[in-house]
Amino acid sequence: MIWLTWRQFRPQAIAAACGMVVVVSVLAVTRQGLTSAYTAAGLPACHAHCATTASIFLDRVGNFDKFLDFGTVLLLLVAPALMGLFWGAPLIAREIAEGTHRVAWNQSVTRTRWTVVKLGLVGLAAVATAGLLSLIVTWWASPIDAASLVGGAAQAATGGNGVHVTFNGFAEARLDPVIFDARGVAPLGYAALAFALGVTAGVLLRRTVPAMAVTLVAFVAIQVVMPNFVRPHLLPPARVTVPMSVQHDQISTDAGTGLSTIQLAGSFSKPGAWVLSDTVITRSGAPASDVVVTPAGPVLTPLPKACLPTPGIGINGVGCRNALQALHLRQSVTYQPASRFWPLQWIETGIYLLLAAGLGGICVWQVRRRRTP
Amino acid sequence: MSSATTAIDARGLGKRYRHRWALADCTLAIPAGHVAGLVGPNGAGKTTLISLATGMLAPTAGTIEVLGGQPGSGPGQLARVGYVAQDTPTYAGLSVADHLRLGAHLNPRWDPSLASRRIEQLGLDPKQKAGRLSGGQRAQLALTLALAKRPELLILDEPIASLDPVARREFLQALMRVTAEQELSVVMSSHLVADLERVADYLVVLVDSRVRMTGEVDDLLATHRLLTGPRREAASLPASQQVISESHTGRQSTFLVRTSEPVIDPAWTVEEVSLEDLMLAYMGHASGSPQGQRLEVGK
Repeated sequence: MIWLTWRQFRPQAIAAACGMVVVVSVLAVTRQGLTSAYTAAGLPACHAHCATTASIFLDRVGNFDKFLDFGTVLLLLVAPALMGLFWGAPLIAREIAEGTHRVAWNQSVTRTRWTVVKLGLVGLAAVATAGLLSLIVTWWASPIDAASLVGGAAQAATGGNGVHVTFNGFAEARLDPVIFDARGVAPLGYAALAFALGVTAGVLLRRTVPAMAVTLVAFVAIQVVMPNFVRPHLLPPARVTVPMSVQHDQISTDAGTGLSTIQLAGSFSKPGAWVLSDTVITRSGAPASDVVVTPAGPVLTPLPKACLPTPGIGINGVGCRNALQALHLRQSVTYQPASRFWPLQWIETGIYLLLAAGLGGICVWQVRRRRTP
Repeated sequence: MSSATTAIDARGLGKRYRHRWALADCTLAIPAGHVAGLVGPNGAGKTTLISLATGMLAPTAGTIEVLGGQPGSGPGQLARVGYVAQDTPTYAGLSVADHLRLGAHLNPRWDPSLASRRIEQLGLDPKQKAGRLSGGQRAQLALTLALAKRPELLILDEPIASLDPVARREFLQALMRVTAEQELSVVMSSHLVADLERVADYLVVLVDSRVRMTGEVDDLLATHRLLTGPRREAASLPASQQVISESHTGRQSTFLVRTSEPVIDPAWTVEEVSLEDLMLAYMGHASGSPQGQRLEVGK
């Protein structure tokens, strides 16, 4: 049975191996430049005030490396889907569609064994492929990941919130919903689940192409639902309330509308944290009603009366400051700390592996049910 | 391994697809050691019966035992039954040699010399992909796969239906040769009555999802007669003569009757029946006709 599984899987395995060789060679060749730039920027020796150093390095990352950084993340999101589509969906559907299951099921091997061996071996290949990809990409991107983290920590130390160091469009923290799926062990779980989805759809629909379509839709749905609705709650999020700085002498007035605003600066500072919600609250703990979130951050508007200029006199600085203090604005943040990267990775991967095993059980049960003449 | 005396033993066997019974109330016992032909028009339930016998389907009603065991119940049972499915499926992307390796890997009783000898006799190129073989060659490859696992019972589902006459003849000759060489029971379905006539020594006729007639060919031929004489009604025949089919012209009647006694009425011209005519006569009856009840010919 192992021989037959391998013989049938050979063309797909060769195609995957070819793709893998291309990816590995490109990454192996380009990493040299990345590490030397990292060293040249002085980051390995940097211990304090490294924000500038990190940003110098990140600025120096070439366009091709940026493309690779983006591409590898994309690859790790797409690769499990491809394995579900091209390894999973045809695995049994193609046998049923072409009638060869009637050959396979009448050798001296039970259908249970046939299904388990096929599922197990090709599923293992899918998980191993995803694991190898994740390992290589994590290795390749480690200078960028490290610099982003250093940059975030440094930025936090100098007053920024340390969360929003962005590179290449992602918040380059490993907990960023997109990056998370492309690092660590999560790709293994995704690969197992996508593969099991493909096989199950194939067994139920008995035709390869519809099974591929269903697999794609279901898998993309999981990729959307998981980071947005499930992952934030896998571990109870941490919640913190910190003071909000609001400077009475930082009033800016829009020349067109005449609207006066004050920029608010929160003091939340957790490098690499995954911020789930970030609100400005008042003394009572309720969300502040006179805060508007703009692309540049939250601003206070309309301002308290004391901060509006009186014609001829201007702004009463002391009155305004007291009025602002009286608002007692604070920043309330729920977040997953950076230290939860691995716990979240293992929990999520565990969930995927359990789901995949459950789907595998459904496949075995369906094949045993003997509905197909 | 016990050598059972009954190849297929079905009791009250039925299979329903949603609202339609593909096979209903099927009770039969095909003895081992025969080449049994399973005949019937398209849609009569032949493939369903065979799928139940190979364990590809589970019965809705009744029971079926094959060589005394539950069909497809385990590796041991699977090893005892060889199966060539309808349209003789093979793996299109695998070569002839790959198919033999498949057989060797998946069957403990695999006979490699039998397999390679047959491939050689057939003149097949072992490197040839099965998808590029002709229909006849594919059927022969599927038969080789089923034979080399050394089964006690070989089940074939319309193996020759889609073949040209030459390939059909070669396939049947190959089949007859191996049944002579090996101790092998065969159950083979076909709607091609003339082909079955050449190989079968036991017959099961399925019509409208039901068993119409079963029996050994020699007994069937000995107990059926074609009567031709002046026109008369079927009801006027003696009770010992069961009318299977009748046809009338203005002055003349022809009856195919089943009788265990000699026909003595001098008004009749009595002829023996060919197996083909016999099968066609049984298949011509709808189950709702007066003679629709199940007939069994014993020894």
